[in-house]
This record gives sequence, C-alpha cells and structure tokens, in this order.
Amino acid sequence: MAALVPPTPATTPPPAAAPARRTESLRDAYGKTLVELGKEDPTMAVLDADLSGSTRTALFGKQFPDRYFNVGVAEQNMMGIAAGLATGGRCVFASTFAVFAAGLAYNTVRQSLGYNRLNVKVVATHGGLTVGGDGGTHQMLEDVALMRSIPGMSVVVPADAPETAAATRTFHASYGPAYMRLSRESFPVVTDGKFQLGHFGVLRDGKDLTYAANGIMVGRALDAADEMAKSGVDVRVVNCSSMKPFDNHTILRAAQETGAILTMEEHTVLTGLGAAVATATSERYPVPVRRIGTPDLFGESGDPWKLMEKYGLSQERILAESFEMLKLRGTKGREGA
Amino acid sequence: MAGTYSPETLAELERVALEVRRNVLRMTHKAGSGHPGGSLSCTDLLTALYFHELRVDPKNPRWPGRDRFVLSKGHAAPALYSVMAEKGFLPKEELSTLRELGSRLQGHVDAGKLPGIEASTGCLGQGISMAVGMALDARLAKRDSRVYAVLGDGECQEGETWEAFMAGAHFKLDNLTAIIDRNGIETDGTTEEIMALEPLADKTRAFGWHTLVVDGHSFPALLDAFAEAKTVKGRPTMIIAKTVKGKSVSFMENKAAYHGKPPSSEELQKGLRELGVEN
Ligand SMILES: Cc1ncc(C[n+]2csc(CCOP(=O)(O)OP(=O)(O)O)c2C)c(N)n1
Ligand SMILES: [Mg+2]
Repeated sequence: MAALVPPTPATTPPPAAAPARRTESLRDAYGKTLVELGKEDPTMAVLDADLSGSTRTALFGKQFPDRYFNVGVAEQNMMGIAAGLATGGRCVFASTFAVFAAGLAYNTVRQSLGYNRLNVKVVATHGGLTVGGDGGTHQMLEDVALMRSIPGMSVVVPADAPETAAATRTFHASYGPAYMRLSRESFPVVTDGKFQLGHFGVLRDGKDLTYAANGIMVGRALDAADEMAKSGVDVRVVNCSSMKPFDNHTILRAAQETGAILTMEEHTVLTGLGAAVATATSERYPVPVRRIGTPDLFGESGDPWKLMEKYGLSQERILAESFEMLKLRGTKGREGA
Repeated sequence: MAGTYSPETLAELERVALEVRRNVLRMTHKAGSGHPGGSLSCTDLLTALYFHELRVDPKNPRWPGRDRFVLSKGHAAPALYSVMAEKGFLPKEELSTLRELGSRLQGHVDAGKLPGIEASTGCLGQGISMAVGMALDARLAKRDSRVYAVLGDGECQEGETWEAFMAGAHFKLDNLTAIIDRNGIETDGTTEEIMALEPLADKTRAFGWHTLVVDGHSFPALLDAFAEAKTVKGRPTMIIAKTVKGKSVSFMENKAAYHGKPPSSEELQKGLRELGVEN
C-alpha cells in the first residue's frame, strides 16, 4: 500500500499556466459544426444576441444569412423568438454567454422553451470562472443547476472541442429543449469525440478511487490520475458531460468498484455535479463522496488559471482530497480489502 | 439657455478628459482585455459629470447627501476608474491593476470593492432600474440629491431599460437624469443594422421623458443639458449624447472591432502619440 500521505506541500505556488496537453477551442468547434449542420438541414435556424463573434455563431450567419437572426442585446427576446421559430418543427440554436442565457433569460427559457417543450438548443459560451477579466458579474457558476432544474431540459457540459462538436450534432438529431455550457478558454483534448446523451465516458479505468468530472476539470482529473499512479493509486476517471439525463449507472458502478468518488466541476459546489453524484450514490449505494467546485461565492476579475487555483480547482487540491479519501475508505482498493 | 463657462473651466475639463483617454489605452493594454471603444465614447460624459455636475466628495464617498451616479454600461469601467482617480477617489497608481486578481478595479464596476461606485453593473440593462430606485429613495428620504445614469445605446435593446424608462416617468422622477451614450455601435456592428433604435428621441419622449439630443463631446452642450434637466419638473430627463465610439484615437473611431479589444503594443504607442504623449 503506497503513499497515503499527502505530497509535501509545494514551497513555491504552482505556475499559473494553461494545461500542458494540446488545447482546442470549444467555441470554434461549435461554430464549425453549426455550419456543417446548416448545410445538411436547410430549415435549421440560429440566433444570437450581439455576441456573435464571441459565440462563433457569426460563422453560420455568414453562410446562411436568411436563417440567422442577431436580435441585439436582448436575451429574453432572443429565447422567445427562438421558441416561436421552433413551433413550426424547425431545430433552432440560440447562443450568448452563460450568465445571460441561463441567468438573465431564465424564465423565458423555462416557459417558452421548457414548458412549451420546443426544439430549441441553447448553447452558451463563457461559462465558469475561466471567463477571467470580466469578473464576477460574468462568471456564471450556477447555470448547470438552473438548467437541470427545468423539467425536460437536457444539459451538457462537454470536456473538450471534439465532444462539443459531437454534442452539437446530438442536439440537432434529438428533439426537445437543451442547454450546453461552453467556455471562453480552450481546453485540452481528452475525449475520442464520441457523445451520447445520458452516457458518461470512462476515460481511464481504475479500481482505487473515482474522479467524476466535467468541463475543464476532466483534463485536470486525468493529470491528477497520472500523478496518483506514481504513488501506486489506481484512479478511474469518468467524464460526466451529460448532466441531464444523468448516467446513474456509470456512477453507481464506480461506487461499487472503486469505493469512493471525488467530484470536480467549474461550478458552484452546492448544486452541480457533486450534488448529483452524492444524490445518486446516497440513495442506492452510499460510499464516501467529496466535492471539488467553486465555494458559495461570486467570482472576481483575474487571470483564469490563477482564479482556478484561488477557488480550489487546482491539482494540489485534487491530490490532497484524493489522499484524504483513501484514508476515509481505510483501504487502498476494494479488492485489496 | 446656453450658459457661459470660463475658458479655465473648459480647459480643465479638456485636460482631465485627455488624461482619462490616455489611461483607458494604458489600462486596457496592460490588462490584455477590456472595452476601450465604449470607454472613450463616454469619457467626456463622465468627465463633465464628475468635474462639473455631481455633488460628491472623494474624501467622504459615502456622504449621505451626495448625488448618485450609476454606470449602467458597466464595461466602460476603465473610463470611470480614470475619472475617479483624477477626482481623488483612488490613487492613480492603482489604475494599472485593472482586472488583476485582488484588484479593486474589477472588469465591470463593483460597488462592494471600490468606494464611490454606487452600483455593481456588467449585465446590461439593470443599472437604469437601480437608478430609478435610488431616485425614489431620495424622494422618500426627502433628500435633495440627484441621480444620474449613463447607458449604452446597444444596452437600450434590453427590455428592462424600457421598463425603467416607463417607471421613471410614471413616478415623475424629476431628480433623475439619464444619459445615453449614442455612439451608434454595439459589439457586432452598428445599432441600426443589428436592432434599430431610431427614432430614439421620439421613443423616450413618448415614454414621458424630457428629452434632449446633444453633442456628447462638447462640454458646453453637456453642461447646458445638465443645467436644463434640473429645471424640469414632474418628469425625468433623457440626454441622448451623440458620441463617437473610440473617440480621439483615429484607428479606433467608429470601429466595432475595438468594442472589446485592447490596443496592442504598437497601437498603444500610436494612440498615446495621438493623445500627445510618448507613453
Ligand atoms: C445583458 C448583457 N448582454 C450582453 C452583454 C455583453 N456585452 C457587453 S457590451 C455589449 C454591447 C453594448 O453595446 P452598447 O450598449 O452600445 O455599449 P457601448 O457602445 O457604449 O460600449 C454587449 C452585448 C452584457 N454585458 N450584458
Ligand atoms: Mg454603443
């Protein structure tokens, strides 16, 4: 049984650098996929609210100006118009920043899309802390919770650009209101670019502990799992991109086979992935669950990677929590018990 | 009702505005992000307010009898911070911390961090509603202080602004003056191409506001408009200030591209030279 002791604390703070793996823009992947879908489906329409360069819907607008509507700085109006456009059976995508899509326009999404059960796909960019300089007003940390709470709404937090492209296609191919959260920053490429609603990918098998992560935290989970392997701890990494429908099966299997789950998300720890995993396990197969996410605080301006450190979404914190969890379990692996 | 303003008064306003414009370029360049275009377009508005109109005390920013100012277009934070630094609300050296972790100078103005900021904004459309509430508060408290708000023109596409306009007139808030920074440009292009606002003055008039359309880069015109607003009884005043986005920096003027893009190193040099300094 290898190190159950936490690694010696770093004397110098870890460098505030972007992750080392190859990174790609989720927004670019979304914009390009919209153009492909626009060619395949001549009825599909796209809307934006004066952020078309940032969300990348401008790419669609350039190719298909007749089916593209930039409604100005008016997010509630955008969601309502999107819903109206969808009443004729059309698939409609609507984009803006997460804080405006899920926050400002919440009730329009709830009623016009959700309650009306219309085929509108809300794809929001600039979710989470990594928005950086714009600060706390723009760093949306509650969107997944808000959107998951709407009955019938699918919710996806992709881990990388290939998964974003795949999820965009899945949205188009399936009926009903849906929300996807993208980010301003590029993320490391970690998936094989396959996506299925209601299904979590196991990106790394392991038997001692499970990391359940989504969004940017998936790459960080894989890095941390590599680090833990050096101490002889075999960590499973699950990509929980399909926040709704939620893949209870994969989580419960991880609980049974690894005995403990550490969750990580760039979202308030109160009501996101961690809460969902804790709910799923406590009801059916209780095991120790610990949650890494942003504390019950608003964000603030700063370099995205420094913010991630400050709000506890760091490698150091993941490793420290991992060793704590192994202690909680009191044993290295289930099989070795 | 044109007033006469001494050459010294006007020269001082010009001096402050020039320094503010330089700082807008320096700050957004150093931060590597931020909104220079809409900061430069409202620089003269903010300078006129803080250096001629608002009754505020930088040494005592929470003095209850002060006038209230709300920057509804919170992304013009660099301009407001610079004006406030000139006025003495914060040390000028602090300006270089814009958007840094731990700074009081958040990317969008933050009332919890910097004394003198009356309302945290950033999500467009909300500041003007808060200004209506502040004007009601002043009335209820029998305080003779006035409330001022600066809005973007793109911001006026938000439904909430019109709800606030309705309320300001409904409550007969003659202690409220709103100024729309009518630079004609939002993020993605011109307001008239994206979601037309015109005839804007007719609309705010129809909503019950005493409406003035003025040159937003002329200090005498702005000061006259502020003075007129104070004489109006029974309704709020809307000043539609015709401005140029990116004003005074040639390559930024009227360019949507510089809405949210800071100047590069070369652009900073070029811009500062146009503003009469080397760095
Ligand atoms: C509710 C909301 N939607 C979108 C944004 C993103 N955004 C920031 S500035 C801006 C354009 C604003 O245009 P305008 O009001 O004309 O600003 P100005 O030209 O004065 O800079 C947009 C869409 C925001 N801050 N708030
Ligand atoms: Mg504008």
